[in-house]
Amino acid sequence: MKWGVVSFPGSLDDADALYALREVMGQDATRLWHKDERLMGAQCIILPGGFSYGDYLRCGAIARFSPIMKSIARFAADGGLVIGTCNGFQILCEARLLPGVLVRNRSLSFICDRVIVRVENARTPFTCATRAGDLLRLPIKHGEGRYVAPEDEIRQIEERGQVLLRYVDASGAETDEANPNGSMHAIAGIANERFNVFGLMPHPEHAVEKMLVGGDDGLKLFHSVIESVR
Amino acid sequence: MSAVSLPGEPVVDVVQARAHGLTEGEYAAIERCLGRTPTFTELGVFSVMWSEHCSYKSSRKHLRMLPMRGPRVAGGPGENAGAIDIGDGWVAVFKIESHNHPSFVEPYQGAATGVGGILRDIFTMGARPIASMNSLKFGSFDHPRTRYLLSGVVGGIGGYGNCVGVPTVAGEVMFDAAYNANILVNAFCLGLARREELQSARARGAGNPVLYVGSATGRDGIHGASLLASAEFDAESASKRPTVQVGDPFTEKLLIEACLEAMKTGAIVAIQDMGAAGLTSSSSEMAGRGGLGIELDLDRVPLREPGLTPYEILLSESQERMLLVAERGREGELAAVFEKWDLHAVTVGRITDDARWRALYCGRVVADIPVASLSDEAPVYDRPAAPPAMPMRVRGTKKRPVAPEPGAALRALLASPNICSRRWVYRQYDWIVQSNTVVGPGSDAAIVRIKGSRRGLAMKVDSNPRMCAIDPYLGAVATVCEAARNVACAGARPAGITNCLNYGNPERPEIMWQLVRGIEGLRDAAIAFETPVISGNVSLYNETEGRAIPPTPTIAMVGVFEDVERRVTQCFKQPGDVILVVSTAPPSLAGSEFDALFGTVAEGLERIDLERERKLIEGLVGCAEGGLVHSAHDVAEGGFAVALAEACFNLDGIFGAEVELALPLGGAAEALFGEGASTVIISAPTDRIEAIGTLFSPLEIRPIGRVSDRARLRIDSLIDEDVRGLMAVYEEALAGRLGAK
Amino acid sequence: MLVKVFVTPREGILDPQGRATEGALRSLGFGGVNSVRVGRYIVLDIDAPTKAAAEEAAKKMCEQLLANPLIEDYRFEVEGA
Repeated sequence: MKWGVVSFPGSLDDADALYALREVMGQDATRLWHKDERLMGAQCIILPGGFSYGDYLRCGAIARFSPIMKSIARFAADGGLVIGTCNGFQILCEARLLPGVLVRNRSLSFICDRVIVRVENARTPFTCATRAGDLLRLPIKHGEGRYVAPEDEIRQIEERGQVLLRYVDASGAETDEANPNGSMHAIAGIANERFNVFGLMPHPEHAVEKMLVGGDDGLKLFHSVIESVR
Repeated sequence: MSAVSLPGEPVVDVVQARAHGLTEGEYAAIERCLGRTPTFTELGVFSVMWSEHCSYKSSRKHLRMLPMRGPRVAGGPGENAGAIDIGDGWVAVFKIESHNHPSFVEPYQGAATGVGGILRDIFTMGARPIASMNSLKFGSFDHPRTRYLLSGVVGGIGGYGNCVGVPTVAGEVMFDAAYNANILVNAFCLGLARREELQSARARGAGNPVLYVGSATGRDGIHGASLLASAEFDAESASKRPTVQVGDPFTEKLLIEACLEAMKTGAIVAIQDMGAAGLTSSSSEMAGRGGLGIELDLDRVPLREPGLTPYEILLSESQERMLLVAERGREGELAAVFEKWDLHAVTVGRITDDARWRALYCGRVVADIPVASLSDEAPVYDRPAAPPAMPMRVRGTKKRPVAPEPGAALRALLASPNICSRRWVYRQYDWIVQSNTVVGPGSDAAIVRIKGSRRGLAMKVDSNPRMCAIDPYLGAVATVCEAARNVACAGARPAGITNCLNYGNPERPEIMWQLVRGIEGLRDAAIAFETPVISGNVSLYNETEGRAIPPTPTIAMVGVFEDVERRVTQCFKQPGDVILVVSTAPPSLAGSEFDALFGTVAEGLERIDLERERKLIEGLVGCAEGGLVHSAHDVAEGGFAVALAEACFNLDGIFGAEVELALPLGGAAEALFGEGASTVIISAPTDRIEAIGTLFSPLEIRPIGRVSDRARLRIDSLIDEDVRGLMAVYEEALAGRLGAK
Repeated sequence: MLVKVFVTPREGILDPQGRATEGALRSLGFGGVNSVRVGRYIVLDIDAPTKAAAEEAAKKMCEQLLANPLIEDYRFEVEGA
């Protein structure tokens, strides 16, 4: 299938996402430039991690006004698949394509680590190759990853099954210790109401090769998308 | 040729020269080389270019003794960084550099701009930075400023490195009262390039335009090089403090991408970052290497604020700026690439053939200096060197003459800030980005793979100031040995060294003696391992009110894997494996962490037999290449017992160890906690003992016990501890002391 | 007493945030933006006997913690005296 990976000034994981898609998974993936409006026929668009525009002012606040974001908003409104990882998640929240917002980690410092997330809803294009309750080991690396939203909004998000990934410990239990950044309801990844836009703080693109520190659990999320499109 | 002073500029005389950190003799030399009195601008230019930081005037003579050539060397000293050939057409470009003084003054920005500077040294060579490391030395953990400095420096390294997308894969952190008033921040970066794509910083072609790219010039860091990094701290330092440089990693990231893309056009003749002494050093060094001249039109330099004088423009150390020489007529091509990245390339001058370094301002020549006098002909000193009457010791009084029983000592060592897990630190660094990290921080050496090839690199940064304080020569040798051992434990063949020599005031004979002995040690060890010293940096005047830091040569070693699948890690993996010890000499408590914690009567260091050290390295590499061992771990701070405990700390499943050393009941401390000797702990299937023995011959390999699936660490009847308990102590000590989670 | 503290990057010090924000405002079509500096706004509720005492305390807090005088300027307003 055809993927598009957006490069903003300050994007970092764009090259890694392209490498994962092309070299590891043999997919057709194109780099989309922030100043362009063309999506080059991509069936799924990835907003990568990094520090778009230096993350100055607020993470993702400046990137959301890029020309490419207009096209992506239209693409999403038409039901196109969009994934935002880390900074991409922040941009999707700033652009109101996803509910809530990501703020400074509880520890007030950047955290790079490997965490475990539990799949909460496997009936989405992003998780259909997994089963609810599956545990994935994925890397995180962010300073602003604490998911917050008004309580009533969170309740609706939960009721509609929009929480796709939650931080848990090795036994699959939700504990305060296993929540690396203090996210509300230990939310690691959420989808929009239509389940075609997905934002997550962990980095599946850094978890596609067993040899590397990130492991290869991220493949399951990519395979989900490939399966859902097929 | 003449140059004019500007209205309102201070009068230039010997008093003014002295205020610029120049000696009377140096001022006379400047007048001789110009044939007249320098303008104020010229005086500023000379003062930075002849500063210790830029000219290496105290160390240059001695640095020449280092081995810099070798079959693998693909570009060496003289350029912005050295390069070694790692096979398949790839070269690794790497360098380590200090940012000690700025980090003490403003820890976050000091460390951040240190990272930024070393990154620019690497990508200016045409190499994409793929891995960073750092070596940090702070004062005593209990010193009131240590926490502030630690969190500032770690925050700055992370804040910058994470934002530019270069993983920080390894490092070292040490706390010792000897650094209370002078911390050390040494930053390393490694980049990867195709051999044919290496760039040069040698200007060519009179008439070629000189382009300026990156951030605009402000008053940042004026005289950072000459006054801060080239004189010791004293009560006046505060008033000499230049405007602090602020780093902008976002612009740096754009510069990296834009420069690497611009280089592909082939229109860049030479390129160099505007680091210490900014526009002055980059322009004069590029011209000097090419034996050419350069003319700068200061009115064209982009300024951040109005009203900068030529003196300020030339001496500014504003960050994230690059100077490049383009092929004439191709400026437009380059400008287009930079515009794509929202950067603007501005022509600020041209290359000339008259070997003069000339600066114009408002149509007037404000500086006109022979290029060579700024670089090659800068003063070189052969300063007197003499050993001190008494060997210097890092530690003063002996606190506790009686050490606790071995189990308690082991726990205390694992909790020591100098040994415990650095997780609190490296959790703040991105060590994952770029998808190359095979082994990240928290191991002997970091390992990165080379995409599109089977190859990989191992790298480690080491220093051993406590040994250097007892014997600056042996300490330097031991540091190189340790770095080589760490790389070889991972299974890589040591291939090249970069060094950062941190010492006190070279005008004192005993400091000069430490420096010379350190360089000699570095030379001897580098020759023994056939690991050329391809780049480096010297940081002197690390002293405050007459108290110098212990001699601290920091060594970064890079090793090459032909096949990164043959890597070895430090943790035990298989119950029933035999545990083997290979050692080149008996351990000693002198300069050890045990000594620092408990105070012993240890004196004197063992000699180091470099031939035996070389055999140890060969054996380790051979074991890895043959796939013979399951783990290999270097015995370092805390000695054998600590290393054995670390080998049990496998996150994928805890192991234990049953070890018999047959130690005498009374005198076990040296064997358990001694350092200094080169020792490694290996685990392997029993049937491979013989094959392993052959590889290490003539060194003796000693089977001492077994890996067990019971999480207990037992050594004779001296130590019998729960591994999980030890691991908790080790993991939580630093965060616990910092009151953070 | 309410103390409102404004911390801004010192004149002449590079302000990457301000510069990026400035660029973004321009690209959104906001003309006439000459420059942008981004700082912090801190509100303190402190006990102090007099306005002068509050000012003195605020000054100390700014110098020691709230602002880094090497790179930042500060000013404050005391209310409710």
